[in-house]
Amino acid sequence: MKLKTLLAKHKSALISRWVDAIVETYPSETAKFLKNKKDQFSNPVGHTIVSETKNLFDQVLEGVDREKVTPFLDRIIRIRAIQEFTPSQAISFVFSLKYLIREIVGPEIDTEDLDQELVDLEAALDFMALVAFDIYMSCREQVYDIRAKEVQQNAFLLLKRANLLVEKPGPKPEDS
Amino acid sequence: MDTKPEFKPGTFLYAGKASALETVGLANPRDWSPTDDDWKLPADWKGIVREGMAERLQRFRSFKLFMDICVRCGACADKCHFFIGSGDPKNMPVLRAELIRSIYRGEMKTAGKILGKLAGGRKLTEDVIKEWFYYFYQCTECRRCSVFCPYGIDTAEITIIAREILNLLGTNIDWIASPVANCFMTGNHLGLKPHTFKENIEYLLDDIEEYVGVKIEPSFNRKGAEILFVTPSGDVFAEPGIFTLMGYLMLFDHIGLDYTWSTYASEGGNFGFFTSHEMMKRLNAKMYAESKRLGVKWILGGECGHMWRVVHQYMDTLNGPADWLEQPINPLTGTRFENAASTKMVHITEFTADLIKNNKLKLDPSQNDHIIPTFHDSCNTSRGMGMLEEPRYVLNNVCNNFVDMAPQVIRENTFCCGSGSGLNAGEYLEMRFRGGLPRANAVKRVHEDHGVNMLSCVCAIDRAVFPALMDYWVPGVGVCGVSELVANALVMEGQGEREYNLRGEENPSYKPPAEDEASAEAGEEGEE
Ligand code: SF4
Ligand code: SF4
Repeated sequence: MKLKTLLAKHKSALISRWVDAIVETYPSETAKFLKNKKDQFSNPVGHTIVSETKNLFDQVLEGVDREKVTPFLDRIIRIRAIQEFTPSQAISFVFSLKYLIREIVGPEIDTEDLDQELVDLEAALDFMALVAFDIYMSCREQVYDIRAKEVQQNAFLLLKRANLLVEKPGPKPEDS
Repeated sequence: MDTKPEFKPGTFLYAGKASALETVGLANPRDWSPTDDDWKLPADWKGIVREGMAERLQRFRSFKLFMDICVRCGACADKCHFFIGSGDPKNMPVLRAELIRSIYRGEMKTAGKILGKLAGGRKLTEDVIKEWFYYFYQCTECRRCSVFCPYGIDTAEITIIAREILNLLGTNIDWIASPVANCFMTGNHLGLKPHTFKENIEYLLDDIEEYVGVKIEPSFNRKGAEILFVTPSGDVFAEPGIFTLMGYLMLFDHIGLDYTWSTYASEGGNFGFFTSHEMMKRLNAKMYAESKRLGVKWILGGECGHMWRVVHQYMDTLNGPADWLEQPINPLTGTRFENAASTKMVHITEFTADLIKNNKLKLDPSQNDHIIPTFHDSCNTSRGMGMLEEPRYVLNNVCNNFVDMAPQVIRENTFCCGSGSGLNAGEYLEMRFRGGLPRANAVKRVHEDHGVNMLSCVCAIDRAVFPALMDYWVPGVGVCGVSELVANALVMEGQGEREYNLRGEENPSYKPPAEDEASAEAGEEGEE
């Protein structure tokens, strides 16, 4: 796997450009903040983007496995799924890596004749994008589920007293 | 600064219902939606806005100052949870304020009127009103930005005035207008009638009897009680607030407090605060009127956020002085609450801390051993009232595992829940998830590093909104009021085995009586 050796060699450039590509999906004032503010509490979104792109990149080098990439993708997509993005915008960052690899490592791929390896790698990234889409959908579904649950919780005792709730298992006597 | 926002589902709040506006005499009641092109503003809406601004520039020196003195240093820019979580630059406090400041310059100041954009001014258009509606209902009036502003500019106060002006046009939201109308008519946000309010509490008393084994019989509307207790009505019907309320009931019984509930002043929350100064005054008045009618000495208040900001910062000038009341003294410890000298109202957490400090509670903190709680400082009790130590003191006495979040996100630096100031509506969930992200992120850290499994708080809106926020961002973390944890640890006189907690769940920290003790007791009984 010569291509992966090449990717490893260009790791820091690739990751840094990948971070840029994600950050640039935000308005420019925000992008500046996301990149420059380092504190994980003051800038949770920027911090997540930086740390999870690193993790994802390592996964790409290892070979994309659904279970292994899911938590890293989830942390980025969970945020984008509730921000001002369309579904495609929310997950498009996975494809950015594909284009960046061509741009940054492309010439060496040509000289070293690694086209087939590139095809395989791009297939792996396409697969990662599909996983990303599943995660996006599950986040959205969760938003709707949580909303329904919250309505119940907000009027919990009134619904319960009107016998409109299914009882939780517990030691409730019959007369309740 | 010219674009008007797009109103997408999940990110805007439903319009105030005409019937609610009519109930309390708010302006321009009508059926409309933010997604409509035509918002049906009053005919002379521009004049109303200009006059409304002029009047408030006169009346509130703070507003005038805040319009004039911002030097655009940017210190506040990245401090707002809505900016951090949404990435929308107009949520930078400095730009939020600029939404109205630019109109102030363009419409009210001579230089701005002449120079227009050059002086940073712009003209009033319907799109400006739409933008105001979008962004001033995207500020939770949390005051975090003010902590970082070298001039002390408090964008929360700018939002308060902006919403007041929006209300002059009838551009308000249902999640605020309906609770206000209900509160005005029946005393609480949901419009629970007195008997329903009482029956709910009785239902919880039955639960206490079942799970704790003690029968408690509090009084309602009792004249001559020493203390009136008022709490946000969410504690009476919402989960997990009801468990907090069970905590109050147990605490008061444990110490034999001479107090009463009121089924008329059945709401501590005051959504009038999110409407206008006048509406805040009207709703705040009822607690005090009820204290007079019942002839109590002082008022004890439950775990609430903005109720305390209203009492602490506005009560005296709104409805004070409450000179029929006495300066609160804890009847068990003799402590005189100096901070409540003029409002005559004490926060339950201050009260509990004082009881613990003076050894008045019998506590077994090991009952909470399965809980690793952290604490969310509500913006209103921390930045709005300065109550920073008391909740931590209480938590450290009723639990063995309390863990604080990182110093930059607690106490006066706390991050808002993202749903305060009347924004806790279901239709707004996505925006709330954006605003709540920084808070949830800090909880996640202590969840992962220290196994924190409970987010405790002393605010009813927090209790209502955190379950959803935790479900989405930090699954595995529950939500409770501090008083629930107090009650878990209370050793009540005559209590049964505490095998179940107040939620009716098996208590993992319950220790059955030791074998030999049990058999020894059985032996003794046998001898008799
Ligand atoms: S008061 Fe809070 S919500 Fe409003 S602008 Fe300031 S930090 Fe943001
Ligand atoms: S910190 Fe204060 S002076 Fe500086 S931009 Fe913000 S509001 Fe203006």
